Amino acid sequence: MPAVQFRNIVKHYGNLAVIENLDLDIGDGEFVVLLGPSGCGKTTLLNLLAGLIEVDGGAISIDGRDVTDLDPKDRGLAMVFQSYALYPTKTVRGNLAFGLSARNISRDESERRIDWAARLLRIDHLLDRKPAQLSGGQRQRVAIGRALVKQVGVCLYDEPLSNLDAKLRTEMRMEIKKLHDQLRNTVVYVTHDQVEAMTMATRIAVMDKGVIQQFSSPAEIYDEPENLFVADFVGSPSMNMLDCEIGDANGSITAVDSVDKLVFDLDGYSWRRPVEPGRQVKVGFRAEHFQAGGDASSAGKHVRFERPVEYFEKHGPDAIAFLSLPQKAIAVRVDSRIADSYRSGQPLLTALPLEKINVFDASSGRRL
Amino acid sequence: MSQPSAALDRVAVAPRARPRRRALRPSRIAAFAFLCVAALLFCVPLYVVVVTSFKSMDEIRLGRTFDLPHVWTLDAWTSAWGQACSGLSCGGVSVGFVNSMWILIPSLVLSIAFAMVTGYAASLWRVKWANGFLFALFICSFVPFQIIMYPLIRATAVLSVYGTTFGVALIHVVLSMPILTLIFRNYFMSIPQELIAAAMIDSGSFWRIFFEIVLPMSGNILIVALILMVTGVWNDFLVGLTFGAQGAQPMTVILNNIALTTTGGNNYATDMAAALMTAAPPLIIYLLLGKFFVQGVTAGAIKG
Repeated sequence: MPAVQFRNIVKHYGNLAVIENLDLDIGDGEFVVLLGPSGCGKTTLLNLLAGLIEVDGGAISIDGRDVTDLDPKDRGLAMVFQSYALYPTKTVRGNLAFGLSARNISRDESERRIDWAARLLRIDHLLDRKPAQLSGGQRQRVAIGRALVKQVGVCLYDEPLSNLDAKLRTEMRMEIKKLHDQLRNTVVYVTHDQVEAMTMATRIAVMDKGVIQQFSSPAEIYDEPENLFVADFVGSPSMNMLDCEIGDANGSITAVDSVDKLVFDLDGYSWRRPVEPGRQVKVGFRAEHFQAGGDASSAGKHVRFERPVEYFEKHGPDAIAFLSLPQKAIAVRVDSRIADSYRSGQPLLTALPLEKINVFDASSGRRL
Repeated sequence: MSQPSAALDRVAVAPRARPRRRALRPSRIAAFAFLCVAALLFCVPLYVVVVTSFKSMDEIRLGRTFDLPHVWTLDAWTSAWGQACSGLSCGGVSVGFVNSMWILIPSLVLSIAFAMVTGYAASLWRVKWANGFLFALFICSFVPFQIIMYPLIRATAVLSVYGTTFGVALIHVVLSMPILTLIFRNYFMSIPQELIAAAMIDSGSFWRIFFEIVLPMSGNILIVALILMVTGVWNDFLVGLTFGAQGAQPMTVILNNIALTTTGGNNYATDMAAALMTAAPPLIIYLLLGKFFVQGVTAGAIKG
C-alpha cells in the first residue's frame, strides 16, 4: 500500500494563492481526513492529488513515484465524488466496468472484481439498473464500488456523504470505515463535517486558508489543539475561551481572567513554550470537562464557577448550559436532570478540572 | 378510510371542484379575433395551394380559386414528380429529390460529426485557445454567405468538387459549423464537471469518453441539430443554385425552374404539387421528432 507525499505545493488561481508551500506526508494504509471550512483549499488539494488540476509548483509522489506530471488515469488512484458522478446511461455493472475495460483488464478478471465489490457493498441485486433507478444511498455505494473494483492503493473521497440524509450518513460512515479496516488501502477523505473526521480518520489534517493548521490523531486534535483555529473549529460547541494574563503567585504560574480576576493555577500545565508574567493569553476548555451539581465538590484540583445560567440547549441525553460570566458566556455540558430542575436566576455550581485546560498565546494564536 | 383522512381528502379536493368563472370580456374577444385572423393569414394560402394541386387545368381556368376541386385528380402530382420540365430536361422534381438526398445525407453526417467533436473538445477538455477559437467561430457565424461566396467557389473548384452534390454538401458543412459547434458546446457545458472528472480518472481517453459517456447522453441535442440541419439544407436555394451545376441541383432549384419553364401557359396545378412535395420532407421530420426537439431545446440539467 502506497504512501502519498506533497512537497512544497503551490497553487494559484490568477493572483489568488490558494495553497502556498504546503507539505504533507501520508503513510501507507492511513485514513487521512482533510478537514476545514469551505474555501480552505482542501478540495483543491485533493484535486491536485487526483491530477484534475495542475500544481503551479512543488511535487506529488505516490508510493515513491513522482506523479506530478502524470494524467489522472496513470496515477494509480480512484476517486469518489460528492455528486456520485455515475455515468447516467450505463447500468451499475457498466459503471463498475468502465474503469476496468479502459485498463485492459481481462473480461474474467473484471467480472470477478465486479462480483466481489457488489457483494461487499450489497449492490449485487442492482447490477442491471440505471443510476436514475437507485436511491441516494445505493448510488453512493455504486460510486464507492466503482472506486474499489480498480483495486488501486489510494482512494480519494470528496465529501462523499454530504448529499445523504443524517441516518444514511451515519450508516455509510461506518461502512466506509469498515471497508478501510478490511482493505487497508490509503484513503484521503475531504470533509467539512468534524464528526466524520473524528470517527473515521487515523489522522486529521485541519486546514484553513490553504495552510495545514494541525496534522495529528483525532484525539490529539481534540484534546491538544495546536492553535486557536483548531480549538475553535473542532468540537461542538466550540472550546470556551477566556482572555487572561499570565501572573506569578508565590513562584507558581497562574492565568488571571482579565475581567473578573478568576485565577487558573497552571502549575501542573505542560508548557510547550516558555511564558513570562504579563503575557496576554487565552485559556481554553471544553464544555464536557466540567463537573456540575453534586459532582462539582468531588473534583480534584479545579476552578469553580458559580454562576446563573443564561440559557439551556437540551440535546436529549444531556444539555448545554450557557453560564453567564462577566467576560462572556461559557458552555458547560450538564446532565439533562440538572437542566430540568434548574430554577431561573439561581447560580449553578460547576467545577473545571485544571488538567483539562489549554493555553494559547493571544497574539499568535499558538498553543503555549 | 378513517374519518380524519376522509376530511383531509375533502379539503384537498374542494378548491379544484369549484368551477372557475370565465367572463367573456371585450379584451378576450379581441384576442380571439386577432388569433383567428392570424391563423387565417397562414392557412388560406396553404389551403389554396393544396386544393389547386388536385384540380385539372380546365377547372383552374374557371378562376374559382377557393372552391374545392370538382373532380379530384392526381394528374398534377404525377406529372410534377416525373414529367414536369425544368429547362430542357423533363424529369419532374424527382431528379431534384434524389439530388437533395445526396446533398442532405453527407452534409448531415459530416456537419454533426465535426461540430459535435469540436464542441466536446472545446467544452470538456482543457484545449489551449479554446475560448479564442469559439469566439472566432461566433464571429464567423455572422458573416453573410454572399460575402464569402466567390472564395468558396474557387475553393471547391480547386478541390474539384464544384458542381457536384458532394460539393454542395461540403459548403453546407462549412456554413453550419459555427452555429452547430456552439449548440453542442453549450449542451456539453451543462454536463456536470464531476462526471467528466470521474471519466478522466477511469479512462482518460478522448474517444472512449466521447463514445461511451458523452455521446449516449446527447440524444436530445442530436435531434435538435438534425432538425436544424434538415430544415436548413433542404430548404436552401442559394447554395444549391450557386454550387450545384446542371445535374447536381437540389429540389428547390428544380422547383424554381419548373415554375419558370412554361410551354404555353403556367400549369398551376403541377407547380403547386411540386411545391408541396418539395416542402414536405422537413415537415415530416419535424412532425416525427418534434417532441424530442422541444425536450432538447429545454434540456439543461442532467442529473448525474
